[in-house]
Amino acid sequence: MLLSKLREAIICLRAGRVTLRYPFEPHDPAPGFRGKIAVDPALCFGCGGCAAVCPAGVILLRDRDQLNRVVEFHWARCTYCGRCEQVCPEGAITMSPQYETATNLPADMVLTLDVFMGPCQRCGRCFPATLHERLPVTGFRHDDHHARAGALQPARPGGNGGARTLAPAAPAAGGAA
Amino acid sequence: MRLLKDLCRKVFPRSLWVYHANAGACNGCDIEAINVLTPYYDAERFGIRLVGSPRHADVILISGPVTRQVAPALKRLIDAVPRPRLVIACGSCAAGGGAWFDSYATMGGADQVVPVDYYIPGCPPRPEAILYGVAVAMGLVPKQVAPEAYRQETLAELAQGRTHLQEAGK
Repeated sequence: MLLSKLREAIICLRAGRVTLRYPFEPHDPAPGFRGKIAVDPALCFGCGGCAAVCPAGVILLRDRDQLNRVVEFHWARCTYCGRCEQVCPEGAITMSPQYETATNLPADMVLTLDVFMGPCQRCGRCFPATLHERLPVTGFRHDDHHARAGALQPARPGGNGGARTLAPAAPAAGGAA
Repeated sequence: MRLLKDLCRKVFPRSLWVYHANAGACNGCDIEAINVLTPYYDAERFGIRLVGSPRHADVILISGPVTRQVAPALKRLIDAVPRPRLVIACGSCAAGGGAWFDSYATMGGADQVVPVDYYIPGCPPRPEAILYGVAVAMGLVPKQVAPEAYRQETLAELAQGRTHLQEAGK
């Protein structure tokens, strides 16, 4: 009886301290852990694939007008399945390893992203490219030619992209995007 | 008398007694919440322990999206807790309804039924995340999340040469 208790004490002493000092020291999760959604705002072009597959309905789409779409992530109810990361064609959504998301305000658990949509004039689909690459593409739908010309000058300093997009009917030589 | 009051104020925030209310959870959050009490995570070093009755509790830890069946019972349970009390919603279901946020069978989150003081999202939250939430509630660590809002440039802004996304390092 006493001997077994002594043996137990020796085992415990040999083990030492096992408790994490966690809230006062960081404890990183294992690689592959899926934490809070992280969005790269420059890459998203508002296709809405993530909203279509999200099982918890975290991602909401709202169209301000034809060219501006708001993507809202109400990640309080996110189940961290990672489907949005899988289907995103641009890799704009990633599951960050952050898990320290406790908060006292529900408003803290909302991420909004205003996407500027650049749909093609001919097919209506969005350009899967960043905004600067989207602009010189032939067929980019916008009525203000002066604004387009002005926007193109700093974006393509070496080429004559402005002249090409001002005449959308001309064949897009060189594959702008 | 004043000394006693000061002593109470000093001692009571350090010993939160928790009543764990399962309001329709899938048992994932419950397993992780019990995991927090094991020697590896050891929430008892903050004075946290589970109690068997809401009348003994300072904190109610709610897990689950609060089904319609359990909602009246949960209300009665919260009313039985002596003030000051703290209500923590543990897990994505309790924090926002989870995948059942618009289901006819659930109320869609604990804050639809009772006032919630702290939210711990996660499905289930890691034991560390629960510990962090408790530490935030006790004021030991600051919270790390804030509302985020991003905006891409409109064409008019680009025409003026404004590219705030690039300025922000994106």
